Amino acid sequence: MTVVEAIRPAETTRLQRAALVGNPNAGKSALFNALTGARQKIANYPGVTVERKAGRLPLPTGETIELTDLPGSYGLDATSPDEEVTRRVILGELSGEAAPDVLIVVLDASNLEQHLVFAQEVIALGRPCVVALNMIDLAERDGLTLDPAALAQALGVPVIPTVAVRRRGLTELAEAIAEAHARVGAGSVHPRAHLDMAERRMEAHAIAGAAIISESAKHRLHSRLDQVLLHPWLGPIILFALLFVVFQAVFSWAKPFQDGLQGVVDLIIGFVKGEMPAGLLRDFITDGALSGVGAVVVFLPQIIILFFFILSLEASGYMARAAFLMDRLMAGVGLSGRSFIPLLSSFACAVPGIMATRSITDPKDRLTTILIAPLMTCSARLPVYGVIIAAVIPNTPMGPGGIIGLQGLVLFALYVAGIVGAMVVALLLRGTITKGKASGFIMEMPKYQMPRGRDLALGLFQRAWIFLRRAGTIIFQVAVILWLLLNFPRAEPGKDQVDASFAGHIANGLAVVVKPIGFNRDIALALIPSMAAREVAVSSLATTYAVSSSDEEKTDEALSAQLKKNWPLPTALAFLAWFVFAPQCMSTIAVTRRETNGWKWPSFMLAYLFGLAYLFAGITYWSALAFGL
Amino acid sequence: MHSVTTLPPITLDNLPLETPARILAVDWSALVAEEAQRLRALGLDVGARISVSHRGVWAGRDPLAITIGRMTVALRRVHAKAMTVEAI
Repeated sequence: MTVVEAIRPAETTRLQRAALVGNPNAGKSALFNALTGARQKIANYPGVTVERKAGRLPLPTGETIELTDLPGSYGLDATSPDEEVTRRVILGELSGEAAPDVLIVVLDASNLEQHLVFAQEVIALGRPCVVALNMIDLAERDGLTLDPAALAQALGVPVIPTVAVRRRGLTELAEAIAEAHARVGAGSVHPRAHLDMAERRMEAHAIAGAAIISESAKHRLHSRLDQVLLHPWLGPIILFALLFVVFQAVFSWAKPFQDGLQGVVDLIIGFVKGEMPAGLLRDFITDGALSGVGAVVVFLPQIIILFFFILSLEASGYMARAAFLMDRLMAGVGLSGRSFIPLLSSFACAVPGIMATRSITDPKDRLTTILIAPLMTCSARLPVYGVIIAAVIPNTPMGPGGIIGLQGLVLFALYVAGIVGAMVVALLLRGTITKGKASGFIMEMPKYQMPRGRDLALGLFQRAWIFLRRAGTIIFQVAVILWLLLNFPRAEPGKDQVDASFAGHIANGLAVVVKPIGFNRDIALALIPSMAAREVAVSSLATTYAVSSSDEEKTDEALSAQLKKNWPLPTALAFLAWFVFAPQCMSTIAVTRRETNGWKWPSFMLAYLFGLAYLFAGITYWSALAFGL
Repeated sequence: MHSVTTLPPITLDNLPLETPARILAVDWSALVAEEAQRLRALGLDVGARISVSHRGVWAGRDPLAITIGRMTVALRRVHAKAMTVEAI
């Protein structure tokens, strides 16, 4: 027991947990990151699929409490599953989740009048409360001078000015949290009279007016930026150019890092080959485990670059502008700009994309978005596209001055194919099985902000870790199992090992089905394990060609060179078309089951996506043959 | 009686860009209940002072970006049609 605890009155319960509450865009997440550092735990609330972010917050008293970051909310009358969780946690109604001892209401200092509406509702509950007057530096930049003392007086709770990014006011906030809890027994928390929404808004107007000392009519940065970024014709051009830069960057900037990683993998394989006696065990380690996992790990630079752009666009506030620009277009297929953000996230991975659909309030709108999310080209397809494009598409310079490579152009076309496919499917679904009244689009557009290096780094680290963990566990297991299936039973001397193996027999059966669309036996073989995850297709092909090659020289050849030799162009193109549509990802199926509460929709998703994949791979193959490629 | 600055009430979708206005009435019955609640939560209710900052880029000039206080809210024409405003 610490000294602090010992001198507490016996009847006071120990301070254990606090929670951040506030409107969306109040800067809660940045404050949460600043208060808890990298010591975060991300999970789901029990029984629901809303993300629970928790971390450890050390208090000046020496205690460490659990701090949770509740989903942003406009009021205690929930209109979305996220808001429902916030309401139930605050009121202590969520089973398996203890009510926070202290509530930290986070206000955007430059948007007081709006944020005070929900703040009053929370304070009126009469629970221990502290207000964090956040992003006070941005308010000052906007020409606002605020009086925190007057605000504290009007609200009846302590008000601490904070700047999460500069770590200003964090110690004071931690002190106030401890004090707010210590005051509970003393009965110094005044429950405020219950007001209705209109009265709270008038009250918010009055309180904000009293707290603002001076307000200059300084032209704000973000309205000037909006003049350009939401411009009727400049806006879409900038958005499209930005997306194009992202995809070019993913393909070309990552190259040196990828080559470096490949070098490291080759070095390790070479080392093992030098140190171990030749035999099945050595082959298992080099050809099975190392080349399988290595073939996927080299795509880490591309994934980091893609997430760097997605996280930066989100943190800067541009993502909401993109939603605004895209809303009319999305409305054309029966969706709204709100679907744009989950769909854009699906370019990184459909799993967070599908989870992000929780912010879509209309259920039919949400279901449609979930069903088309796997059509967005996720980062797991990049390894597959990367290998095939490198193998069969020459990097001919194109365009003015040859600034655009043909390989980048083909990659861009594959992304476009996914988008067009998704739009057509959405239109068909909205007209048939997800028919409903036209969805609306109501969304607050956050202020522009410089993305913070620390928050970006934390986000990138979490994404990279998820990817590497997948490579280390699921992809490792699949690579090992595939190697075993490929190597047993052993072929008689002089016979082809792949033909004799278990995997060869399974693939021979599947090959009959996929032969009409130009797929050879090696592809049929790669399709089986890549049901687990698309990128496994690459490691499977790597393993297959490593096993079937007889001499050392051939083994060391790059996978791309092997494919170039073994695959005709129409087959390679059909394989690319297949992966635009094929739902080969266990995680996506699992998350769809969880988000739609049953097997009905994931089964539907599997069926329609495999159908489309087969059809379009076929069309690609047959057209390529007809054009004599 | 007559004043040059007073304009007849119009619906929000017809309000010219960057014209300060006040919401006179909202036909909540024309809106889906959840959307009506969300608009109210964002402060788009009778008496609010607003202006239209941007219009969408594609055919139909949809959606609209409404400035309310120091906040910008995107909404569709169908919502704006339900709101009667007067320029101030």
